[in-house]
Amino acid sequence: MERKIVSRVRLYLHYVSINVRSAMQYKTSFFLTTFGQFMVSFQVFLGIYFMFLRFKSVKDFTYSEVLLCFSVMLLEFSLAEMFGRGFDSFSGMIRSGSFDQVLTRPRGEILQVLGSKFELTRIGRMIQAVIMFAYGITHCNVDWTVLKVLTILLMIVCGTAVFAGLFIIYAALCFFTLDGLEFMNIFTDGARETGKYPLGVYGKKLLLFTTVVIPYALVQYYPLLYVWGRTDKVWYAFMPLLALWFPLPCLVLWRFGVHHYKSSGS
Amino acid sequence: MKKYLSFFRVRFLMGLQYRVAALAGIATQFAWGFLEIMALKAFYETDASVYPMTFQATVSYVWLQQAFLAFFASWMVDTELFDMILNGNIAYELCRPVRIYSLMASRNLANRVSRAVLRCLPILVVAFFLPQPYRMGAPQGIVHFLFFLVAMVLGLFVSVAFFMFVYVLAFYTISPQGLRIVFVSLVEYLSGGVIPLPFFPEKVLRVVELLPFAAMQNVPLRIYGGDMEGAEMLRALGLQLFWLVALVAIGSALCRKAERRVALQGG
Amino acid sequence: MITMQDVCKSYKVAKRNAGFGEACKALFRREYETIHALRNVSFTINDGEMVGYIGPNGAGKSSTIKILSGILTPDSGTVLVDGRVPYKDRIRHVAQIGVVFGQRSQLWWDVPVIDSFELLKDVYSIPQKQYDNNLEELTSLLNLSELLRTPARQLSLGQRMRCEIAGSLLHSPKILFLDEPTIGLDAVSKLAVRDFIKKQNELHGTTVILTTHDMQDIEALSKRIILIGKGEILLDGTPEDLKKGGQSIDETVAELYRAYDI
Repeated sequence: MERKIVSRVRLYLHYVSINVRSAMQYKTSFFLTTFGQFMVSFQVFLGIYFMFLRFKSVKDFTYSEVLLCFSVMLLEFSLAEMFGRGFDSFSGMIRSGSFDQVLTRPRGEILQVLGSKFELTRIGRMIQAVIMFAYGITHCNVDWTVLKVLTILLMIVCGTAVFAGLFIIYAALCFFTLDGLEFMNIFTDGARETGKYPLGVYGKKLLLFTTVVIPYALVQYYPLLYVWGRTDKVWYAFMPLLALWFPLPCLVLWRFGVHHYKSSGS
Repeated sequence: MKKYLSFFRVRFLMGLQYRVAALAGIATQFAWGFLEIMALKAFYETDASVYPMTFQATVSYVWLQQAFLAFFASWMVDTELFDMILNGNIAYELCRPVRIYSLMASRNLANRVSRAVLRCLPILVVAFFLPQPYRMGAPQGIVHFLFFLVAMVLGLFVSVAFFMFVYVLAFYTISPQGLRIVFVSLVEYLSGGVIPLPFFPEKVLRVVELLPFAAMQNVPLRIYGGDMEGAEMLRALGLQLFWLVALVAIGSALCRKAERRVALQGG
Repeated sequence: MITMQDVCKSYKVAKRNAGFGEACKALFRREYETIHALRNVSFTINDGEMVGYIGPNGAGKSSTIKILSGILTPDSGTVLVDGRVPYKDRIRHVAQIGVVFGQRSQLWWDVPVIDSFELLKDVYSIPQKQYDNNLEELTSLLNLSELLRTPARQLSLGQRMRCEIAGSLLHSPKILFLDEPTIGLDAVSKLAVRDFIKKQNELHGTTVILTTHDMQDIEALSKRIILIGKGEILLDGTPEDLKKGGQSIDETVAELYRAYDI
């Protein structure tokens, strides 16, 4: 068992390294794409900045609190994109038939699809997320404790898992149809956009949806309430762990998709 | 003219083939519209006194923006065209009995119009029947509506002319990819794609209003809801006309120069 | 040993009609038709055989290969490859086979070929010693020494195919599936590829199943031919069976296609 895990990790790292080496063959393109990724999220930031030149707060959240929110969500999203790009662009794999090749290799499908793409250019978004994060934490008067640092880490790890789950749903749907999967953007890009403000500002219905159905609020709103000191409930700090149920049904759907692919073959 | 029409027809048919994609696109745009309005609503509820438009006008702005996304979307650049320019295949187009500039422009126009036609009606119809505060309002008045139509057409032309300018620039640069990235973000932001221009700080706005970016979606979307009227509206329409003429003139001149170069070097 | 017994497979395909009116209609209703890719296909292939699997496009060749390589599950019938059911025991099965799809690449486009091979070593968990031995042998037989340091995108089609074949043999598979391995190759590369396949079969007793449109491949390589058309096996015999009285094999096959109306 242990040997199996070691061999899997080694193979994944090998995939990462070959991906990075491939990308470095086109350095100009790599840096431009990274820059482009930065620009896209920088616009969103600029939007927030202009809004806060005009408004002092949104509901009762301040500028630095909003930045903290946005940066965590952006970091989660870009990490998921960086590692999970193979799922996020899975339609290409189905179209080109390279999923057939995956099936002719003696390794799990998920590991191979994960390994097929490692998108280092998402660093562009992460740089911005880290800068905003730094600004956010220095300006919003948080009394940092070990638990609060742990909370932020939990948010990032579990949030990445939630986004990765969405990418897996998208990939699983590719087994059935390649048409119309654009609607999945609502949940991925949409979540990134919505998540720039604390999810509480949008009203009760959206908060409920993002708590129960697709648990963004568990990795953004509630734990941040604890970090900001807006709630005394210590268990809010561990809410991100609850969100870990989400990738499970996604994986079941993926299994089902692979099964369907093997019986329909196209 | 006929060749351009038939080209448009083919594009439109292709769009219809992908019916599920169109439906999904509509659903996605709806969700985006909702999310955007919800965010604006949060700010409006926080402090209505500094909100620069009427709330109803922003709601209409958002729905029109979603309905006509394909008219103005800066990321909808024609990568095929870029590739043609990059690998020199554009030289083949030189052999055909059409001007490159008008060929590329009509191709771009057809792409945008065929996509928007398919999607705008369902979005608008549903948006008119949504519960408040999400419901799309009627136009401010019949005169506003007429000017809205004019500004819409002008805005579409300006945005096509601007992207033509970017394509043509690709002939002259070594990195069309970089060019694309810079212009896509610039257009998106300065045209009011991220937040409507009235939300910009006043000093910034005074400059931005004069740029070609403000002559795209900004004008029609604000006229509709009555956020722009009277002299301000006429000035904006004038600027649209000015930029359209200027961009087409510069673009086609640069294109002719590039054509001659391509013809000389053989691509 | 490979056995297929009464294997059937059918697909449902959506119809798409041309024309404006049809496109509008299709917005609301879609028609499907069923295509029988395989009907009661049965054959047995023994260890060390080289079999040419031929038939026109859409006859069911790739469905068969996909079933045998564990990618596709048949509707009915039994399939056994060395005692394994390919589609039920995928991972254990594919560790023992090699597959080359002629029109797809398993090489990473932008890095030297050797890097892709190193990755395959980890994918198949090939022991270092076995990897070194196989790589050395393949390099000399396929003349790869110059190519290994070159990125795949800079290789010619023939050079790339040689590398693809080497890549699929690094883990010493017992069975090799070649899907149109000579498609688009120049004459020299074709000969090199054929020669190599023959040698591999003689040297290691590898069972080879190849699909091709190139009858010369078949003539040069296989002692046995399976002809499939419209999902049914039409003929299973030697190339000599196919040749009646001095005709070239191409003409015979064309005649057969006509005779069976495929």
